[in-house]
Amino acid sequence: MSLSHVDVVVVGSGAGGGVVARELAAAGLRVVVLERGRWHTAAEERKDDLRNQRTIHLGPAYGPDERSPRVFVDPSGRERVVYSDSWAYNNNAACVGGGTYSYGAMAWRFMPQDFRMRSTYGVPEGSTLDDWPISYDELEPYYDKAEHDLGVAGDLSGDPFKGPRRRPLPMPPLPDDRETRRMKPAAQRLGWHPFYLPMLRNTIAYNGRPPCMRCRWCVGFACECDARTGSHNTVIPWALATGRCELRTQCMAREILLDAQGRARGVEYFDENDRRQVQTADVVVVAGGAIESARLLLNSRSKRFPTGIGNRHDWVGRNLQGHVYSGGCGLFEEETYDDLGPGGQIAICDFNHGTPGLVGGGMLATEFIRLPIHFLGWRPNDVPRWGQGLKDFLRRYHRRSIVVMGPFQEIPTFQARVEADPVVRDHWGIPVARLSGTDHPHNLEGSRMMADRAEQWLREAGASRVIRRQKDAVSLTGGQHQAGTCRMGDDPTTSVVDRCGRVHDVPNLYVADASLHVTNGGFNPVLTIMALGYYVADCIQRAVAGGNIR
Amino acid sequence: MADSPSDSLTRRRFLGASLLLAASPGVLRGSIEGRAWRVLTPAEAATLAILADIIVPPDDDPGGAWAGVVVFIDRKLAGHYRGSQPLYRAGLAAIEASSRAQHGRALAQLTAAEREDLFARLERSELPAELWPGDAPQAEFFTRLVDHTLQGFFGAPRHGGNRDAVGWRMLGLSYPQVRSRRPESPRADRGPGGTP
Repeated sequence: MSLSHVDVVVVGSGAGGGVVARELAAAGLRVVVLERGRWHTAAEERKDDLRNQRTIHLGPAYGPDERSPRVFVDPSGRERVVYSDSWAYNNNAACVGGGTYSYGAMAWRFMPQDFRMRSTYGVPEGSTLDDWPISYDELEPYYDKAEHDLGVAGDLSGDPFKGPRRRPLPMPPLPDDRETRRMKPAAQRLGWHPFYLPMLRNTIAYNGRPPCMRCRWCVGFACECDARTGSHNTVIPWALATGRCELRTQCMAREILLDAQGRARGVEYFDENDRRQVQTADVVVVAGGAIESARLLLNSRSKRFPTGIGNRHDWVGRNLQGHVYSGGCGLFEEETYDDLGPGGQIAICDFNHGTPGLVGGGMLATEFIRLPIHFLGWRPNDVPRWGQGLKDFLRRYHRRSIVVMGPFQEIPTFQARVEADPVVRDHWGIPVARLSGTDHPHNLEGSRMMADRAEQWLREAGASRVIRRQKDAVSLTGGQHQAGTCRMGDDPTTSVVDRCGRVHDVPNLYVADASLHVTNGGFNPVLTIMALGYYVADCIQRAVAGGNIR
Repeated sequence: MADSPSDSLTRRRFLGASLLLAASPGVLRGSIEGRAWRVLTPAEAATLAILADIIVPPDDDPGGAWAGVVVFIDRKLAGHYRGSQPLYRAGLAAIEASSRAQHGRALAQLTAAEREDLFARLERSELPAELWPGDAPQAEFFTRLVDHTLQGFFGAPRHGGNRDAVGWRMLGLSYPQVRSRRPESPRADRGPGGTP
């Protein structure tokens, strides 16, 4: 049995899917959003240091659950079935709002060079580094729209490296925290350019929601006072308020259906009672995150697309990338802790580009506020793992430490990929995502540079010791910053979607999440995903208006 | 949390428990004795309490056992960590067997220095191999036990550990978090390093 036909069906309600649903519903189209997770509310959530999206000892709080295993193939070729309580799962949340429900909310624009990595640096051997088919300037209006529509706080006036922008951010930063008062002058003494990094978090009342109350449980947790901004408290409710959007939760997409002409006909999915349903639509938008979107395309097989829809040239699922997070933890002899969240207040972009011998780079920022369970991870090797020595270390240094970290822009590879596993199936009988391959060895050099700079910054700020974090062996990345698996490009033989996010071979099938990213910038990707959401929604509206869909 | 006494009460209760333990090493503290365990036997719980105090020893601040690490691990062995049941069962038996082999006494009868020495040998996988069967490799038991103990000590109290939020208070963190405090004001409860 078929449900009544709609104009658009969107798979996923995260950063990309939420924006697309709202924009198209606001434009008068009838939209159905399929979300495999639940709609959580902060009021029902409790602060759980062991079960959240950033500390998964007892699993992630916002999904997915054990019904959705994956297969992980490690660099030596050994494969195993993994669940979302393992980092090898490379999870992003599965709930209304997706990753935006519990993320840290750094709201970066990529820099102009980030869209032109091949032109700027050439292609390192063994990598698939390339330029985006669209430029920073083409995306700038959509970045601006995301910043003002959704609400971004910060002060970028101190960043001389940023791309051109039409106006400042709509909200000021939070008052300086204690780390900022130490780290900002230290960066200035080094001749660097610290500034207040952008956050999708209210610092004043905005969009009818209150400002941040600066609690200790931020990144990884639901926001208890609803100050942090995500799809779940902006675009999704706004889409529903149009009366033209329906959100169906706990609905797991199985396959994109094709008609005899090779156009997408709709989506087959399992509803909350595991019943098979078909939602037909004029336009299908896939926004499940870089791993699940690729999996859905690969699982949509037909005579026309025997290895998956859009996969004629074997690019779906390729170039899986995330970020190589690197930096360090400085230990101080004076107190640095003030118990004020969210942390992560200032950043430098002095090393995103232009380091001799290095392709790209990344921003460095003070890290989010650290719960004790997080600080355990910074124990240096000469401090015992147990006993009085450990207890003394934690008691002394939890309040005397500052962490600086940043995402090195990953050099992508063709062999880091998502496949549909030939054997393992999930609860619904759908082939699971199989993750294999490694990132590029150049990322190790980048990681070292980032740790060097973090150490330099922390020592200038008075750290007596710095515990470095840098990557020392290639491995698969992805995680919450997963990207790249349905690469955007003008050449259909080396990409999956065109410059509008439309799958090359299917005129009414679009992708609208980080899968599109040709490269992932030296920044947290969420604002770029949102900007692409606005951009792809514009493309869809133009195609619908021009009669190019049917 | 069933009860949430002031810091000073927490402290007195804890010191009392320590003194009792020091005076008669065989006596178990109140938080362990007489509980109904979900997975552990009373003897296993007693061994685990000693290990929890080796990993987070009581000093000016409470240790692992007082903080409810055994309660945490027992609950999780019935839940998310149920796959670890065989490892705990075999590992707890093997550590007691190792104690008797090395010292001729149960873990509870050892001095603090002897316990630490035994545990350091476990960390280095130096305990008698014949006492550690294949389903309880020393390194794996050590790693999982330390991880779980620290999770129980520092994790959310809702899971049965971190009793009265001692893991957080020890670091000077209020719980529930006090929001009106000015950032630069001195710690509300006590000075750095646990000194009053």
